[in-house]
Amino acid sequence: MMLKLALRNLWGAGLRTVLNVAVLSFAFVAIIWLQGLYEGMNQQASQALLREAYGGGQYWHPLYDPYDPLSIIDSQGLLPVKIDSFVHRKQATAILLIQGTLYPQGRVQTVVISGIDPDQRVLDMPVDVLKIDDSDIPALLGTRMAKTCGLSTGDAVILRWRDRNGTFDARQIRIVEIMHTNVQMIDNGRVWIPLHKLQEMTLRPNEATLVVLDRSTTRTASADWTFHNTDELLQDIHELVKVKQIGGMVLYVILLFLAMLAIFDTQVLSIFRRRKEIGTLMALGMTRWQVVRLFTLEGALHGIFAALLAAIYGIPLLVIYARHGMQLTDAVDSMGISLGTQLYPVYSTGMILATVVIVLTTVTVVSYLPSRRIAKLKPTDALRGKRA
Amino acid sequence: MADDNCIQTRDLVKDYSLGQQRVRALNHVTLNFVCGEFCGVVGPSGSGKTTLLNIMGSLDSPTSGRAIVLDRDIASLTHKEAAQLRNHHFGFIFQTFNLLPVYSVFENVEFPLLLLGYPASERKKMVLEALEWVKLTDKEKARPNQLSGGESQRVAVARAIVKKPKIVFADEPTANLDAQNSRHILNIMQSLNRQLQTTFIFSTHDEKVIQFLRRVVTLEDGRVTDDRVIENSGSES
Repeated sequence: MMLKLALRNLWGAGLRTVLNVAVLSFAFVAIIWLQGLYEGMNQQASQALLREAYGGGQYWHPLYDPYDPLSIIDSQGLLPVKIDSFVHRKQATAILLIQGTLYPQGRVQTVVISGIDPDQRVLDMPVDVLKIDDSDIPALLGTRMAKTCGLSTGDAVILRWRDRNGTFDARQIRIVEIMHTNVQMIDNGRVWIPLHKLQEMTLRPNEATLVVLDRSTTRTASADWTFHNTDELLQDIHELVKVKQIGGMVLYVILLFLAMLAIFDTQVLSIFRRRKEIGTLMALGMTRWQVVRLFTLEGALHGIFAALLAAIYGIPLLVIYARHGMQLTDAVDSMGISLGTQLYPVYSTGMILATVVIVLTTVTVVSYLPSRRIAKLKPTDALRGKRA
Repeated sequence: MADDNCIQTRDLVKDYSLGQQRVRALNHVTLNFVCGEFCGVVGPSGSGKTTLLNIMGSLDSPTSGRAIVLDRDIASLTHKEAAQLRNHHFGFIFQTFNLLPVYSVFENVEFPLLLLGYPASERKKMVLEALEWVKLTDKEKARPNQLSGGESQRVAVARAIVKKPKIVFADEPTANLDAQNSRHILNIMQSLNRQLQTTFIFSTHDEKVIQFLRRVVTLEDGRVTDDRVIENSGSES
C-alpha cells in the first residue's frame, strides 16, 4: 500500500521527479565511470608491470633495495643453486644492476646499467635486439631515457662504470633500439645491455642483483635471496592509484552532494506543500511514523528509479567506453603511472554494487532527514496546513 | 446499544497559545453522545466546534478535563493508540474533502481498508458497496480533479463509512457545496445513520444541516449554551 501510494505521489510530482531522477542517474553513471577509470588504471599499470618488470615475482640479492640507489653498489652476487636452476631452465631471468655514467652529447647522465639475457622469455621486453655481435656494446633504451639523453637508434655514446675492484672503465655503446614501454622503471635512467657483457665488464661472472621468475613458476625457499611476490611488488602502484582515487573522490562527492541537495529540497518542499495530505493520512489512521516512512520511501524511490535510468543509458555508454578506451595524452605520463596511449576502464560487479548501495543509502538518509519533521507535526496542525 | 454512551466529555478545556496570549477554545464542556446519534455542534466561527470534534476524534488532546470515547480516555492515548482508534472506529469528513489527489475514487475509498489489512476481494466488495451508497459506482476510476464538489464530498463520505466505523466526525461537510448537493449529501448520511447505526457528529453553522439534525449542541465562546433534541428533523423527502 505504502509503495503504491509513494509511486503514485512520485508520478504525480511529474517534472520534479524526472529532474531528480535524471540528476541522480547522472551521478550514478559518473561515479561508476570514474571508479572504472581508476580500476582500469590500476589493472593496466599492474599488468604492464607484471609483463615487463615483475614477472611472477622476484628474488633479490640480500643487500638490494630499489628505494636506495646506493645499495646497487654492493648488491651483486652469485645466484644460490636453487635460483640458478630456474635460470638454467629458462623459468627465470637474472638481471645485473650496476651504477654507471653516460656521456651523451658532452653531458653527464647517471644511469643504472642493466644486464639481461637477450634470450630470456620471462619479461616482455625486446631484448633480442641485444644479440647483435659488434665491436661496440649493443644497448637498448626506453623512449623516455632516449629523449632525456637526446639519443636515437644507431647513436654511439660513452658509458663509464666501475668493476668489482673499484676500477673505472669506459667504452662506447651503440643504441640498437629505442623501446616503447609503459613501465617507467625499466625506462627512466636505464641502459639495457647483454648480461654476459656486463658481467665481463664488471668482472662479475655469473653474478646478478635480482632474478625475475616466470609467471607460471612457483617460488622456492632460498636462504639468502629474499623472494618478493607480485602482491608486494605491486603494492606501490596500488597505493599510487588509491591516492589518485582519493583525489577523484572529491569530484564524485560534489556530484553526489548536488544530487542529494535536489532530493533534500524536493522532500522539504513536498512536506511543506503536502501538510494537509499528511493530516488526512493521520486522520485516516496512519501513525506519524508510517507517514515518515511513506515520505522516506518516496525519496528513496528516486534513487531506485535513478539506478534503473542509469542502467538504461549508462550500461551501453560504459560498455562502449570500456571497449574503445580513452585516449591519453603525454601529460598522463607525468602522473607517475604509465598507461600507454589508451586507458580502458574496468567495471567490476562489486564496484557497481557498492556504488549503488552507497548512493541508495545516502538517498534514503537524505530523504529521511527532512521527513522526521512529520513526527513532530500534530494532525490538527497538518490539517490546517500549519508548519511543524 | 443505541442508548449506550459513545462519547462523554467532562469539564473539557482546550487552550491555545496565540503569540503571547492564551486563547481558550473550549471552556469546561461537558456532554454525552449516545451511539447512533445524528447530532450537530453548531455555533459561530471560533466558537470551538472544530476543536471539540478534533478532541473527540483523537486528533488533538485536551488541556484539562476528560474526553472518553468508546471507553478510551483520549488524553491518555499515545500517538499510536490514537491512530489505531481512528483507524478502526472513526471516519472523518472534511470541509475541503481532503481526497488523496493521486488516487482514483476507488482507491481513495479503499485506503482505510488497506490500513486495516483487509484482503483484496473483501476490499473490493466493501468499496463497491460504499460507492453504491453514495451513488458513485460509475466514477470509480475517476481522479479527484475530475469530480465536482458534490461528487468529491460523496467520495469523502464513502471513504468515511466504508469500514463501517462506530463514529463519523464531519467538520463543516456542506460548507463548500451548493444547496442541492448539501441536501443530497445530508440525505445520504442520514440514511447511512439509519442503516448502519453509525453515530454522526457534525460541526456546522449551516442552516441546511441543522434542519437534518436530531440533536443540536450550541457552542459560544467555547461554552455549551444550548443542547436540544429536535423531534421532527429534516428527512430524505
